[in-house]
Amino acid sequence: MSETRVVVEVMLKPEILDPQGRAVKGAFARLGFEGVADIRQGKRFELTIEGDLTADRIVALETLAGTLLCNPVIEDYRIVSVEGAA
Amino acid sequence: MSLDTVSSATAHPESAQPFAELGLKPDEFQSIREILGRRPTSSELAMYSVMWSEHCSYKSSKVHLRQFGEKKPAEGWPQLLVGIGENAGVVDIGDGWAVTFKVESHNHPSYVEPYQGAATGIGGIVRDILSMGARPIAVMDPLRFGPADAPDTRRVLPGVISGIGGYGNCLGLPNIGGEVVFDASYLGNPLVNALCIGALRHDEIHLASAKGIGNLVVLYGARTGGDGIGGVSVLASETFSEGGPTKRPSVQVGDPFMEKLLIECTLEVLHAGLVEGIQDLGGAGISCATSELASNGEGGMHVWLDRVLLRDPTLSPEEILMSESQERMCAIVTPADLDAFMAICQKWEVEAVVIGEVNASGRLTVEWHGEQIVDVPPRSVAHDGPVYSRPMQRPAYLDALQADAPDRLARPATVEEVRSTLLTLIASPNLASKSWITNQYDRYVLGNTVLAQPEDSGMVRVDEVTGRGVAVSTDCNGRFAKLDPYNGAKLALAEAYRNVGVTGAVPLAVTNCLNFGSPEDPEVMWQFAEAARGLADGCLELNIPVTGGNVSFYNQTGTTAILPTPVVGVLGVIEDVTKRTSIAWSEGDVIFQLGETRDEFAGSEWAHVMHGHLGGLPPKVDLAAEIALAGVCADGLGWFHAAHDISDGGLLIALAEMALLSGVGAQLEPTGDLFVWSFAESTARAVVSVAVEDVQRLTALCSSQGVALQRLGVVAGDRLDLGGPIVTIAELREAHEATIPALFG
Amino acid sequence: MTSRIGVVTFPGSLDDRDAARAIRAAGGDPIALWHGDADLPDVAAVILPGGFSYGDYLRCGAIARFAPIMEQIIARANDGMPVLGICNGFQILCESHLLPGALTRNDHLHFICRDQRLRIESTNTSWTSDFTAGQEIVIPLKNGEGGYIADDATLDILESEGRVVATYVGPNPNGSRRAIAGITNARGNVVGIMPHPEHAIEALTGPTTDGLPFFTSVLTSLLASR
Repeated sequence: MSETRVVVEVMLKPEILDPQGRAVKGAFARLGFEGVADIRQGKRFELTIEGDLTADRIVALETLAGTLLCNPVIEDYRIVSVEGAA
Repeated sequence: MSLDTVSSATAHPESAQPFAELGLKPDEFQSIREILGRRPTSSELAMYSVMWSEHCSYKSSKVHLRQFGEKKPAEGWPQLLVGIGENAGVVDIGDGWAVTFKVESHNHPSYVEPYQGAATGIGGIVRDILSMGARPIAVMDPLRFGPADAPDTRRVLPGVISGIGGYGNCLGLPNIGGEVVFDASYLGNPLVNALCIGALRHDEIHLASAKGIGNLVVLYGARTGGDGIGGVSVLASETFSEGGPTKRPSVQVGDPFMEKLLIECTLEVLHAGLVEGIQDLGGAGISCATSELASNGEGGMHVWLDRVLLRDPTLSPEEILMSESQERMCAIVTPADLDAFMAICQKWEVEAVVIGEVNASGRLTVEWHGEQIVDVPPRSVAHDGPVYSRPMQRPAYLDALQADAPDRLARPATVEEVRSTLLTLIASPNLASKSWITNQYDRYVLGNTVLAQPEDSGMVRVDEVTGRGVAVSTDCNGRFAKLDPYNGAKLALAEAYRNVGVTGAVPLAVTNCLNFGSPEDPEVMWQFAEAARGLADGCLELNIPVTGGNVSFYNQTGTTAILPTPVVGVLGVIEDVTKRTSIAWSEGDVIFQLGETRDEFAGSEWAHVMHGHLGGLPPKVDLAAEIALAGVCADGLGWFHAAHDISDGGLLIALAEMALLSGVGAQLEPTGDLFVWSFAESTARAVVSVAVEDVQRLTALCSSQGVALQRLGVVAGDRLDLGGPIVTIAELREAHEATIPALFG
Repeated sequence: MTSRIGVVTFPGSLDDRDAARAIRAAGGDPIALWHGDADLPDVAAVILPGGFSYGDYLRCGAIARFAPIMEQIIARANDGMPVLGICNGFQILCESHLLPGALTRNDHLHFICRDQRLRIESTNTSWTSDFTAGQEIVIPLKNGEGGYIADDATLDILESEGRVVATYVGPNPNGSRRAIAGITNARGNVVGIMPHPEHAIEALTGPTTDGLPFFTSVLTSLLASR
């Protein structure tokens, strides 16, 4: 059966404080890697979906991405890639 | 690579097998061949290699641990419902209630991956308690790290704390106590011991036995993956297929949510009467669970290994048998009860599958897609592993170390010097406030926590109607144990006993986690033997049994072993938790010391912090005095205002701790040598405060019990007033609370 | 019937028993509710308890908010049924949009368990009517994701409409905007609170008994609205 691989990224909205990203940035500095202006931490979802993605399914996926995978109050989502695989 | 079946093993007896890479010695390998009458299959070799490892078989410690079961009063221990040998011991606490508790180690994984090592340590001990049929009700964490300011401690400590908190909090178990001790000898070998307490009614006790021919073996919980398969595999082939997950992460990763579901699911199937026998999967995973269940039951079991639900479909049968994937349990269920069992698992969204059947064959057989890959006598795997009497030798350095008493060290001579020593000691890492750590643990969940850190022991209510509860403390002074392992173990036992006793609870039972260096080092082995002997003798004198415990060997880097660290946990019962005594005194109380002080500083915090000195003989053990002291505190329930054991740092530290917790200071009347009065670490002592009108009563009580009594002063003001220079609570608090956050915050 | 208060158990809920105990202590009748049931039994109010529903995986409360039982709870909340979300429950209320804003990781990145002083800012809710405005209480705070955030416009509305129910007194323990520890909806029947009143109902096991009025308030409100 064919499969479609979809990658969705979720990041905090730019105006939201990201204490985890900030902690990681501090670690870079402590480890001697200089010149890091900013680090923001997010999530990456790798979905393996059976079959091909019809237009309806894409709409449904976008809905779930926008309500389940991300909290629209504080996060944005982005569908990064959609790849069919036989 | 073709499957190595029982028939292949018979047909090809001389095939080379990587027994050494799996940790088996040539003579052990030969034993296996004799037991089976042929060479083992690679799956059998995998099973024996994990089950006969030191961690699982206790081969170096068994001969010494025997005395815990053997040294007992003529009439046995009436409170012991389940003794050593099961997943955890069970003790009768009265009113039809029982409590099960145990402490275990997860030291080496916590050095490699602090968060997951510590998290899975909690997970493992909780499952042990669960498998006795009990609802887990609290956890504790005795921890030991290298020097507080060492860079590697900065790496390890925060991860361990986060892991314990992350896993325990998510399970909904209050953390009610523990220890954090720093010492150079633990650098490179941190000790992460985890203790869990569970409560159950007498008729809810379940054991790990596969009884009933025809009963089914059900594996439920998380799927099996490649976790924890350390080092070299049995597979000769090292070709990994593309896209295959990393095969052998040596670190187990925990999923506390799965464990929470496992707890609820397990308790529900137990209470529904659907379980004949139950075992958790810990070290050695399926190998351990099946061989132990079979061995304890009818003696026969057949397993269809290919039915195990896998997270990683590329795992070989050997790897499945050795996997230490977390959050898995094994239940023995009658065919008639299977549907009901599965329905409950489904309700909790816990996967479950029948992987085997109990039979009368007397063998543990395992098949993989129709081919027999294991056919062994289960006892040989689970219980009759090798037993070693390792060579022991009193350390060459010990005479000189014991002769090097701290008498010649410069002592503070004036009150001002005592004051400054107090502030230095209370700010030192071992005595400093640990609240930065303990505030990362939930102490409130379940709503039954009556006492928690920094009290002397953790206390939880078990019966919400009657108020019956239990108190638990874990203790060990590794420096004392190095100076004298026999008495050091007794001292650890005495301290835990005392910490329980001062709350007014009556000590009932003991668990232990014996953390030592390499058993192949005769000097370490001698320390171990002495400590085990001391603990067993001590338990007999105190009249409380060891109900179970754990041994962790190989805690050493190169030739430098850790301090011998026999951590002892004591559990006591209290009929009404509302009457318990805490360490917080009240304004106007009169303060007393119970017990006698001697000029004893060997291994003390003072010698360690102020002089970096370790030498001499540790404080004298007097278990009869400990019994009398605990008895007095039990009699004091309801009218003692406060009680606190005197241990690390001595009396002045204990008084400072009471002042800090209460927020009220004391007007003190030191007697005799001020330095000895302040900092000696003599045993069998406690500070007690009572209302003025109860002084007579206390005097009479102590006199009748032969407990020495000395007035110390009164609770008043915002300072500790030693009659001359004073130290304010504010100063004490600043010194006490700054250290740990500054190092790790 | 006005004393029947439901407590939902999601997979991973931890303080459901404690919430039930608190309801009992207040004189109410706790009714256990299962997340998977689509039908809400006859209850006059609902508590979403603390814990780690679904392990806090994805986001705290993000999966629980889609539980079958939530549909009827949301519908009845919109009709005026009192709903209290404690800690994880507060997170679920925000994820379900019954309350505005969101809860994020504590700014210092640690789980913190401490006895927390709060000021009760509003007594115009079903769950805080038994307090007096401005009253200071001490109840346990225990969480890793307790930082309340919302945009400035929302925060201004909450403050100007008197919908901030409780604020942290003293140093901000988790980075919550405007020191907000709890909020309510416009109607005052849905309240989300980060600290745990159910752990402050008996002196034996809690720092105070200051949490009890949360539970007596709803019983009073229910009786009054009968």
